[in-house]
This record gives sequence, C-alpha cells and structure tokens, in this order.
Amino acid sequence: MLDVSQLNAWYGESHILHGVDFNVQQGEVVTLLGRNGAGKTTTLKSIMGLVGKRQGHIKLNGREIVGLRSDNIAKAGIAICPEERGIFASLNVTENLMLPRVVAPGGLDLAEIYTLFPNLKERANSQGTKLSGGEQQMLAIARILRTGAKLLLLDEPTEGLAPVIVQQIGRTIREIKARGFTVLLVEQNFRFAATVADRHYVMEHGRVIDMIQNAELAANMGKLHDYLGV
Amino acid sequence: MFMILGYPAPLMFGQLLLGLINGAFYALLSLGLAIIFGMLRIINFAHGALFMLGAFVAWGMLQYGGIGYWPALIVAPIIVGAFGVFLERTMIRHLYKLDHLYGLLLTFGLAEIIEGLARNQFGSSGMPYAIPAALQGAVNLGFMFLPIYRGWVVIAAVVVCLVTWIAIERTSLGATLRAATENAPLVQAFGVNVPRLITLTYGAGVALAAFGGVLAAPIYSVNPNMGSNFIIVVFAVVVIGGMGSILGSIVTGFGLGVVEGLTKVFYPQASATVIFVVMVIVLLARPAGLFGKAT
Ligand SMILES: Nc1ncnc2c1ncn2[C@@H]1O[C@H](COP(=O)(O)OP(=O)(O)OP(=O)(O)O)[C@@H](O)[C@H]1O
Ligand SMILES: [Mg+2]
Repeated sequence: MLDVSQLNAWYGESHILHGVDFNVQQGEVVTLLGRNGAGKTTTLKSIMGLVGKRQGHIKLNGREIVGLRSDNIAKAGIAICPEERGIFASLNVTENLMLPRVVAPGGLDLAEIYTLFPNLKERANSQGTKLSGGEQQMLAIARILRTGAKLLLLDEPTEGLAPVIVQQIGRTIREIKARGFTVLLVEQNFRFAATVADRHYVMEHGRVIDMIQNAELAANMGKLHDYLGV
Repeated sequence: MFMILGYPAPLMFGQLLLGLINGAFYALLSLGLAIIFGMLRIINFAHGALFMLGAFVAWGMLQYGGIGYWPALIVAPIIVGAFGVFLERTMIRHLYKLDHLYGLLLTFGLAEIIEGLARNQFGSSGMPYAIPAALQGAVNLGFMFLPIYRGWVVIAAVVVCLVTWIAIERTSLGATLRAATENAPLVQAFGVNVPRLITLTYGAGVALAAFGGVLAAPIYSVNPNMGSNFIIVVFAVVVIGGMGSILGSIVTGFGLGVVEGLTKVFYPQASATVIFVVMVIVLLARPAGLFGKAT
C-alpha cells in the first residue's frame, strides 16, 4: 500500500532523512522504532507533506505522492495523528472531531466513534485542550478515523499516558486493523508495539537499518536492545 | 431643560449617538483587520484605503450606472472584496514566508497608491452621496431627534458584526478558520485547501471594510481621505481590543466610539486623543489587549 524508497528530507538547511526505505502492506500495522532523534517523526511528516523539502519516492498504491501538497496527500487517503496531538484550543471536542475533511467513504461515523471512545461523547462541548492527556490522544485518533483515509500515521500515541489508557489505545489499534485500516505507528515503547504490530522497522540517523517480524521479536531482543539503547 | 450630570440631555445623547456611529465604523474596520491578522499574520495597512474604495464604488455605481444605495450595499463589498482577492493572490501571498513587517510595508504602499490614484482622479474635496429615500428624515425619540440614517448605520453595523462573529464561532467554516489560525499546516494536512482559505479570508475582511465605506458614504462626503481619517484610530482600537480577537474588536470598536463621544461632552479638548490615551494605558497594563490572550 505504501512504498517509501530513497526518501531524503530537510528542515531548512539540516538534512534529516538520508534515504529511508520501507513499505507497508494493505491491512498491516507496521511500526517505526528508534532512539530519540532517529527521524521517525520526520518520516511520518514527510509522508504527509509536512516537511519543507523532500526527495525520493513515496508511493501510495503505486501513485507517487512525494511532491504533492499536504491537503492533496490527505485527499489521496492518508491521515496523521501528530506527536504533539494537535488538538485545537479554540475548537470544542465536536469541532475538533469534525475538522478533518472526509476524503473517502468507509470512515467511522460519529456513533461508531462514540462507541469506541465513550469519553469523547461526554465531553463533546468541552474545549479541546481542556481534556486530559489521554482524552486528547483519543480525540486525535478518533478524528482521523472519520475521514475514510485508509492509511493512518500514528506518532507515539502512548507517550506519557497511564497504563489503562495505553491498553485502550492498543485495543483501538487492533479494532481499526480488524476494520481493514492500515497503520504506520511510531513507537518508543516496543513492548506496546509488540502487542499490536505485524512488523517493525528500526531507524537510526535518518535511515532504516533493520526490519523485524513481530513473530521473531523475542528471538531478536538482544539486537533490539542494542538498537534502542534500552 | 432636562440635564444629566449637569449637562443638557440632548447634547449628551447627541454625542452618544455620534460616538456610536464612529464606533460602528471602528468595529467594522477592526473586525476585518482582526480576521485578516488572525489568518495572514499581517497588519493590513490598506484597510482604510479599501474602506474608501467601497464608498467610491458605491458612488461610481450611482454616478455612471444609476445603481442606487441598496444594490451598492451588497455589490460594492463584493467588487472590492474581489479586488482584495486579486491583491492577495498577486502580491501579499509572496510575503508570508518573510517577516510580518514586509506585509505591513506592502499594504502601506498599496494604501498610498490607491488613495493617490483616487486623489488624482477625483481631487480631495469630496463628493456628496445622497441618503436613500427610505432612510431620510428623523424620528423624535422624546429625549432627542434621531436621524434615521444614523440609526440605520448603527443597526446595520451591529447586525453585520454579529453575523460575522456567529459565522466564525458557530459554523464549521468558522471552526476551520479558527483552527487554521492556530495551526495552519495541520489543518492543511487534514485536507483543507489553506491557501484558498487565506485568500477568501482576506477577501472577506476587505469586503467588511468596503461595506463600512458604503455605509459611510452618505454621512461623510465620498473623498480619498475618508479611510485614512479612520484608520489610525482603528489601529489603536485593534491594539486595545487585542490583536486578532474577533469579539474584542467588535466590543472595543463600539465601546471606544462611545468613550470618544462622551469625552466630547465632558472634556472636548481631549476627544481627539482619548483613544490613544486609553491605548497607552492598556498597552502598559495589559500588553496583549483587553480581549487578547497573552502569548
Ligand atoms: N523543526 C525542526 N527543525 C530542525 N530540526 C529538526 C526539526 N524537527 C526535528 N529536527 C531534528 O531532526 C532530527 C530527527 O527528529 P525527529 O523528530 O524526526 O526524531 P524522532 O525519531 O521522532 O525522535 P523522538 O523519538 O524524540 O520523537 C532530530 O535531530 C531533530 O533535532
Ligand atoms: Mg518523534
């Protein structure tokens, strides 16, 4: 579904990604693991068109999208849940939820979203940023499920959240996978990643340096500890 | 004679009305500036010139096309708004990546050009624009005579300001606008054509200014300086209300008009400066403005 090859990206003058290669198959949950500053967020932003300068290839179902503007990338069927969550303070919960444009049929409707995230229904009229960290993360995920985009980019959705919330996010990811969504997930927490993912890519210094099948994770623990320095 | 605080009531109400009328124009102009500033992050110095252009287009429609006040009230803002769209597309757009100062300089230059051309063509003396027949005359309110047209100006401005405010606070387009003001790249990544939204925002802000210009045409003569007479005060209003605050610009616009009017009763010598005194005090006590959020 997504085929990234020889991807280079720059913030101004600083060259951050140096030829990133990986792919994601339809219906998979794939993670990008790696230390702080490895370039995971930059990779997601590059796919979404949020990095100023990028070169190489990003193919979505065979279509080159590396040069597109981000709104057109969204319309091509990709949606992002950013690392900083990006909940809008001047919008209430419902308005935050309804903000992303519906780009294709097959997204969840409001009733389904409220079943998945009951908290959001109770807080529908609250200011977006008045929600707890966990609720904001739910909202950031929920609003991209509405759009009908089939490839979801999730950037550290469990960061800084309590274990019960992390479990709920894990259930959500498995649920959306079951519904046929494809997920590219950035994670620091590979124990969490192991509970949801099919495959893991490891990034270092702006490159993908390894790929591990989830089934082979246990056998590769030593290697992974080296990569991640944990 | 009926007195209030030792001043004759008709004088008091008369000045209050004048204050409200000025306030109506302050509110319309500062509202447009606030909307534009929120989205484009530039201070639109051309705003006064575009207000003036609204009055001139209305005047021209009558003079050369025989088209009267009521159609002009709708059509002139559309024409001037379209001109704003043209300015944004061809010029202002290229400055977003630079320091905001460049946007200010460009729009300042545009204001000078537009006003200069108008002066060249029509001179500085000003041309009359008749009050529409339906709004001529005055009503006796018991405590004062209210010229109907002036009452209409205040009501029309209040309604347009409120409708604009509701559109921003309560509609999905308004929600998109507010979100883009906060984080435009993310809104664009959610599938919104933000460059087009920016263009339309500028056009809408400019149309509000032009609407004010048409309202003003029968009160002040239609002259090339009518915008610049207002705009300096309006910048003070914007600073006092809080840069980019929608509600702040409306409330502060009307409020300061009234303050100015009342100052004419109590201490006429200060009426031209009172708004700037308020501005200095607000800047010192609350730099983000009365309604602004400190950043
Ligand atoms: N806006 C920016 N401008 C310049 N450099 C940046 C910017 N954002 C990130 N970087 C740099 O790019 C490199 C990669 O950052 P990135 O955010 O992609 O890492 P990451 O793998 O997501 O890290 P983390 O796990 O901490 O989120 C880092 O060296 C970082 O300092
Ligand atoms: Mg990151």
